[in-house]
Amino acid sequence: MEYKDYYAALGVARDASAGDIKKAYRKLAHKYHPDVSKEKGAEAKFKEVAEAYQTLKDPEKRAAYDQLGTHRPGQEFRPPPDWQENFQWQRGAGSANEGAFSFDDLDLSDLFEGLSRGGRGAGRTHAERPIPGADFEVTVHLTLEDAFRGTQVDLELQMPGYDEHGRVRHAPKKIKARIPKGATDGQRLRLRGQGGKGINGGRDGDLYLDIALHPHALYRASGHDLYLDLPLAPWEAALGTTVEVPTLAGAVNLKVPPGTRAGGKLRLSKRGLPKPGGGEGDLYAIVQIVNPTVLDERERELFGELAKHSRFDPRAHFAGASHG
Amino acid sequence: MAEHEEGIWLQARREVSIVELADDCGVPVTVLQELVEYGALQPTRAEGGDEAYSAACAPQVRSALRLCQDLELESAAMPLVFALLERIHQLEERLRHVSAQLTAPHR
Repeated sequence: MEYKDYYAALGVARDASAGDIKKAYRKLAHKYHPDVSKEKGAEAKFKEVAEAYQTLKDPEKRAAYDQLGTHRPGQEFRPPPDWQENFQWQRGAGSANEGAFSFDDLDLSDLFEGLSRGGRGAGRTHAERPIPGADFEVTVHLTLEDAFRGTQVDLELQMPGYDEHGRVRHAPKKIKARIPKGATDGQRLRLRGQGGKGINGGRDGDLYLDIALHPHALYRASGHDLYLDLPLAPWEAALGTTVEVPTLAGAVNLKVPPGTRAGGKLRLSKRGLPKPGGGEGDLYAIVQIVNPTVLDERERELFGELAKHSRFDPRAHFAGASHG
Repeated sequence: MAEHEEGIWLQARREVSIVELADDCGVPVTVLQELVEYGALQPTRAEGGDEAYSAACAPQVRSALRLCQDLELESAAMPLVFALLERIHQLEERLRHVSAQLTAPHR
């Protein structure tokens, strides 16, 4: 079994009071709780902190943990020989072969979960009462192309469950989850019954997938609508043109009307992300007017001619405003 | 062997009964009734006594419940936590919408 330093996880001394432990947990939970934290790796950090707190907040579990001694985090160890008798760890009903039991394949958190369920009549209650399986949430990162077409993701999760003796055991579970097309950032997909196993007829928990879309080089998504910058040369915007625009379903021709302004939005209907109930979002091309950075002699001449000839004043509204 | 699973979107823009919403959220109906009582969760439609709720709030209900459990908050805090999460969600959606319309500097 691998040792975890629960005191270090919470950042408290081994002789910290119950109040200090609670305070340290709350502080770290505020920082790393996956429902509020934007920090990278917050979910894993919160799990570590919560596991430590679940053991250290309970005086009996804390005493049992302290009796394991101090080891290096990650170091393989075995509980002392008399540990399980002192703390009534649940070893399974009718374990006649107690001496042959091995802690080697056990996770430290499972050990303390077993402790809470052992002795004091907890086993009897456990045998009769239906217990629903726990719900789980995981974040799934998708590209916009995956969201457009729909995709399948392979998940490998460590799920706590119960063995034939009712002991808690973490075991790997592989799930191939189909993500229907049209996923948007922040959406949540529910896989019914794919969470922790229920026992005594309790329902299986659910697995929730939180969708996070990777930023795309061209498109920005808002719900099922997509936005794309459309750079145009000044003469294209002034005279109008037809340009080829990339969409997730392939390039399309977009007609740009004469006199198009910078910042204007040209809508390509139903070229956004598909919606779960049918239909599609739109693709908006936002016009940027881009000037050539280097002009050759002829271009400079033509711009000069235009400047002399044109009466267009883009700052005409300044004049009225200055007297206001 | 890996199991092959197809899921359902929680935030699909549909109206559901409070019982269906509780099922979507994986919480007892009483939790939602408390949110309604405090005004944190409001029906989208209340015709002839059949109240309907937006399924879109399911993730926020779940998050509020998890926060209250994990931070050992009193149950009375749940409506407030939910209302604040709803507000954050709406603001993030608005921010996403506005950010999507901001043009990037031309490269």
